[in-house]
Amino acid sequence: MRRVYLYARFQRFWHWMQAITIFSLLFTGLEVHGLFKLIGYETAFHVHNFLAWGLVTFIVLAFFWYITTGDFRQYLTEGNLIEKIMMQARYYLIGIFKNEPHPFKKNEISRLNPLQRITYLMLTLVGLPLQIIVGFAYYYFNELVALGMPPSWMEPIAHLHTLLAYLLIGFVIMHVYMTTTGHTLTSNIKAMVTGWEEVEE
Amino acid sequence: MKKSLYRLLIPALSLLFLFSAAVAETFHPAVDSLMISTADHTKFDELKKDFRSGPEVTEACLRCHTEAAKQLHRTKHWTWDVPMKDGKMLGKSHVVNNFCISVESNEPRCTSCHIGYGWKDKTFDFTSERNVDCLVCHDATGTYRKYPSGAGHPALVDTVFGKKPFPKSDLTYIAQHVGNPDRHNCGICHFEGGGGDAVKHGDLDNSLLEPSETLDVHMASGKDELNMTCIDCHKTEGHQVPGSRYEPTARDVHGFDYPLPDDYPTTCGSCHGLEPHKNFKKLDDHIDKVACQTCHIPAMAKERSTKMWWDWSKAGQLDDKGKEITRMDSTGHPVYMTKKGEFEWAREVEPEYRWFNGEMNYVTFLTEIDDSGVVAINHPDGEPGDSLSRIWPFKVHRGKQPYDSVLKRFVKPKLFGPKGSGAYWKDFDWRKSIETGMAYAGMDYSGSYGFVETEMYWPISHMVSPKEDALGCVDCHARGGRLEKLGGFYLPGRDASAFVELIGLVVILGSLVGVVAHAAMRYVAHKNMKQEGEA
Repeated sequence: MRRVYLYARFQRFWHWMQAITIFSLLFTGLEVHGLFKLIGYETAFHVHNFLAWGLVTFIVLAFFWYITTGDFRQYLTEGNLIEKIMMQARYYLIGIFKNEPHPFKKNEISRLNPLQRITYLMLTLVGLPLQIIVGFAYYYFNELVALGMPPSWMEPIAHLHTLLAYLLIGFVIMHVYMTTTGHTLTSNIKAMVTGWEEVEE
Repeated sequence: MKKSLYRLLIPALSLLFLFSAAVAETFHPAVDSLMISTADHTKFDELKKDFRSGPEVTEACLRCHTEAAKQLHRTKHWTWDVPMKDGKMLGKSHVVNNFCISVESNEPRCTSCHIGYGWKDKTFDFTSERNVDCLVCHDATGTYRKYPSGAGHPALVDTVFGKKPFPKSDLTYIAQHVGNPDRHNCGICHFEGGGGDAVKHGDLDNSLLEPSETLDVHMASGKDELNMTCIDCHKTEGHQVPGSRYEPTARDVHGFDYPLPDDYPTTCGSCHGLEPHKNFKKLDDHIDKVACQTCHIPAMAKERSTKMWWDWSKAGQLDDKGKEITRMDSTGHPVYMTKKGEFEWAREVEPEYRWFNGEMNYVTFLTEIDDSGVVAINHPDGEPGDSLSRIWPFKVHRGKQPYDSVLKRFVKPKLFGPKGSGAYWKDFDWRKSIETGMAYAGMDYSGSYGFVETEMYWPISHMVSPKEDALGCVDCHARGGRLEKLGGFYLPGRDASAFVELIGLVVILGSLVGVVAHAAMRYVAHKNMKQEGEA
């Protein structure tokens, strides 16, 4: 085993800020959706809209960082991506119960397995932007209607926003669980706090 | 030494002067009659005489205000007629209501709120100038009162109605002390519509004579409060008082335009504009869909109970001795009267909400009704997708009233009159009362009557609360909130798609069950491998 520095300070900062923001967005969003009454509809509404701007800010910062540092390459894959994803999926479905080694080893150049790459890429490039766009269309509904959007779109926009939120909750549950699949139960979380992780040589 | 002291003193004094100027209160000259009017009516010889009747006073008024009666003749206050675009004639003398039902055949009682003298039957002369009652609107003494069954005349000798004393009106004194209408002048009819204080409207009653800020933020009459009166919004020109339940403004699209009367009457937007919520953009986004009244009048009948239910079918019960019965509830409101039937009252009432585009539909005495369910005597038009409609608060007065069960029309019972005249309130015979009323009105009547349940919509615009007391988001944006039953549109916090919720449930439960199962399998596998290793 050796210790490698996997996550730069900015990556950890952005990861945890994103985590807090998304968690709070989900929480306040569900209250606005009427699933429970805790901090009050109006407060939840204000916090939700404020955090939406926070999330946009963090994502813009992250894009800037990934592009300028060249770290976006972490998300590029060589070779047959599907095959590699299947290998990783097979590990979680079968190999993990047989104490098989992880099919892809982490190192300074490559810290994400193919399944992580595609998931995070889809989340950051498709899922979250879509949710943010739909959310902003929801918030600026009156302005968009003034620009010519049919008022009857309110309902589908609201339903899509809710649906994406539920999918996001599914992601969060699995994502948190996946952190326990490192070489110890907490090694992945420790790494995301300190930046350092012990990896197989 | 002395010089330097001056150097200090001068700037110090000038600073003091500046400061004192900054904190000084603006000087307001005392408001006396000279501030308000160019005429002192006590000095007019015309008015220095012993008036013995209302019309005599009017004649005196008209010597100077030569056109006033002609102006009055054109108003719906005088005609009780409101011609509509579709040719229908509405107005107080035509519409059905579910309080005392109809004016016709009950004129001496009903027209005690008319601004005329002597409308006691069909022979009333609507062209008569001397029969215009100037005083009921312009009495500034607060002592002028029409006698309840006097067809518009005040008590000319000391008398009693019910148990209330009606002292002789001092017409000379009142005529010499006239002014612009204040709350009490308008209120004497509009606060007591339906036969008593707070009965009819739900948002207009005598508590508005001296309202607190929580009751009505605009009309609040305490120190430093706005102290607005009726005519500040119902701004009158040529005696035409704007504001009508027949053609209300449901949505102001002009914004700031006070006091120009391009909206009739002055709307909320005339003073507050169309973007009044300075620090909360989302509230302004509501304005095209939600009337200001909806959030800013969270309750009606705030201080005095208003009538919510009137069942005429229960009227007519007499006690063992053949006497009339009156039963009161614990708050002193009648819940049963032999003359009128059964009542329900409520205070601090949550209004009912409907989409409203300003078109109010009225059933008349000629409309064929569907008696299989509740009949809406009037109902607001409007729908969620329509750019003219907004959500409005209403008092909905419900009850049961007589109708012609063969012709399916409402009937006009004669209620008021002497014994033997067919008047229900003396003879307690619906058959006679309806026959007499219909014959008087010259209308067809089959001879068979029944009672049908009705509802009547009264849009709410008064008793505006201070902003702190306005409805909050969650009052509507919630399941089981105030707009629970208002369908046809998506309301965040209230509505959800069953399909989306189901997918959400599957995704969340599925991933929870999945990770728990996966973790359990890992645990078992790990334990087995450990045992194998040890073995």
